[in-house]
Amino acid sequence: MIPFRIHTGLVAPLDRANVDTDQIIPKQFLKRIERSGFGEFLFYDWRRLPNGEVDPSFPLNQSKYNGTSILITGKNFGCGSSREHAPWALSDYGFRAIIAPSFADIFANNCLKNGLLPVVLEEQEVATIFQRARELNGYQLTVDLERRVVIDRENFLASFPINDFQRECLMAGLDDVGLTLRHDADITAYERHRGH
Amino acid sequence: MIDFAGKSRAVEFRSLTFLNCEVHLMTKPRTLFEKVWDAHIVRQPSDEPALLYIDLHLIHEVTSPQAFDALRENGRGLRRPDKTVATVDHNVPTIDRSLPIADLVAARQIEALRRNCSQFNIRLFDIDSSQQGIVHVIGPELGLTQPGRTIVCGDSHTSTHGAFGALAFGIGTSEVEHVLATQCLLQNQPKTMLVEVIGTLPEGVSAKDLALGIIKIIGTDGGTGHVIEYAGEGVRSLSMEGRMTLCNMSIEAGARAGMIAPDEKTFSYLKGRPFAPDDTRWDIEVAHWQTLTTDREACFDRVVRVNARAIEPHVTWGTNPGMVVPVSGVVPDPNETANDADRCATQRALEYMALAPHTRIEDIKIDRVFIGSCTNGRLEDLRAAARVVKGYRIGDSVRAMVVPGSQTVKRAAESEGLDYIFREAGFEWREAGCSMCLGMNADVLAPGERCASTSNRNFEGRQGRGGRTHLVSPEMAAAAAITGHFTDVRDWHFK
Ligand code: SF4
Repeated sequence: MIPFRIHTGLVAPLDRANVDTDQIIPKQFLKRIERSGFGEFLFYDWRRLPNGEVDPSFPLNQSKYNGTSILITGKNFGCGSSREHAPWALSDYGFRAIIAPSFADIFANNCLKNGLLPVVLEEQEVATIFQRARELNGYQLTVDLERRVVIDRENFLASFPINDFQRECLMAGLDDVGLTLRHDADITAYERHRGH
Repeated sequence: MIDFAGKSRAVEFRSLTFLNCEVHLMTKPRTLFEKVWDAHIVRQPSDEPALLYIDLHLIHEVTSPQAFDALRENGRGLRRPDKTVATVDHNVPTIDRSLPIADLVAARQIEALRRNCSQFNIRLFDIDSSQQGIVHVIGPELGLTQPGRTIVCGDSHTSTHGAFGALAFGIGTSEVEHVLATQCLLQNQPKTMLVEVIGTLPEGVSAKDLALGIIKIIGTDGGTGHVIEYAGEGVRSLSMEGRMTLCNMSIEAGARAGMIAPDEKTFSYLKGRPFAPDDTRWDIEVAHWQTLTTDREACFDRVVRVNARAIEPHVTWGTNPGMVVPVSGVVPDPNETANDADRCATQRALEYMALAPHTRIEDIKIDRVFIGSCTNGRLEDLRAAARVVKGYRIGDSVRAMVVPGSQTVKRAAESEGLDYIFREAGFEWREAGCSMCLGMNADVLAPGERCASTSNRNFEGRQGRGGRTHLVSPEMAAAAAITGHFTDVRDWHFK
């Protein structure tokens, strides 16, 4: 996992609530057996018109948001399936952080395991970022995990919650499996005690 | 209690604070969830997530290949192959199984699962197995799903298994790898929520309608961060199948899991199943299972009460399961919503669904009907649908299919002659799998087609790009297939 400490990047707005995993990566693209290569299919059905052509009104298709790495979006982002293909597609596309008023549980968990940071801010703070991302050209934010804050160059400052354990794992790029394997003796003791 | 007549919400919210609870660590009353959770803690450092032991890990072809690759890349083994069970369901074809799989990519995924299972010594219910089926249908059917167990699967509808008093939840592929390598998961303890269903459901109203009714009340993110326990007469009176339908839909309310305390119905469902405890262990296990109830004094973080008598058959009109109204209702008007965000969401959903505000639900015509999925693809669901269909033919412009949840369900249905009833009426009768619940195989809606579906998600494009999904119960889907539009099954003339 790539460690996450501090990241500055261009912000793209996706002003919809309850964006589900089927929209993030439509299931016709889930049949790959690798982790990579999902980025080009991110939001596929929204990025394209029914005739297959690029929909110029979709934010990620606008040149203004070329090279974006921070997504600002509505509440309950990532609801639906537990498929990790959704964070894989977002990462593969180039996103490092997603900012929303709330996230679906499994999705947020999956993001953390892939070095993609889900940032929960207040509705009002999210609204401010939306406005700036739409109105300003090249609007950038800095997400500072060490200090748990999001800042921009226009004096915006908001702090976000994340628990210490998750923060440390992300900052060190630690792999959960490796961590747990260190407790092999505890697991064996549990199995013995429970008669497994 | 609130009077539930008319449009009033069939719910009463009550917040409880921990301050009201007396906390004596040793004797603290606990909820069902807390009992199962506590019994599975391998270690719990104060400032880290708990390391939770997993009793049963179910895997399928879509979310496991990358996890096995990661194991190999990191030179890790599989800790307990005996606690992992695999099947193929998400993209298997539901037509003739003797033909090779036409979709080469799906074939590649299924082949990868076979290879992984044989390399790591995992039991696989493969496409030609007489017990193949949707992972959440075969777990209970085989008796793998048992009270008090922790069960995970790389699929969000793992919540289904909570119907047995198991703690069951969906995980991502990184966690699949974690369980394969360690038989454990790192988890933060979720909050608890009680949904108490008072009274019993009226005739013609099913567990699916109850589930949709609850989501309508609490919202698609109403359960976020919580494990829901369903209790009360309305839940106790449900069959195991109905309980599974209810727990299955917990994830559509955003909940981590749904649970129902096990009782005599649970025990008699499990008795004699292939992986259930045998006679020598049965009484011991049942005695333990009987302790898996919420203590009377236990506290929940949140309590919601629902009056079962007020629940009607439901039909979703929009693009998430919370966008739902009773069949007697009308399509909502974006201009009558509570706030701007709701207005936009409603407008967008109506555009996608091609519906005009105030249209009577019963006036909405459908093109397709899908009866199946891990929500409503069990024998009882097929029986309920067949009871409606019996003696009728489907509407002229309707294409309808039944996809049993498992090969076991399919055989049982055939031995009762249900397949005959469906076929006579013009339904297609298919092989077991997820099928049009998610449209990863060839079973998809064409753009613009409108479908009455017994599945669990009506997201944009879920059943095929541009397809329009309305979630309903099996009875309601069957009635719509016959009349060609949504029809209140409570008024049905059974033949
Ligand atoms: S039937 Fe649908 S919801 Fe259930 S496991 Fe299959 S795809 Fe998922």
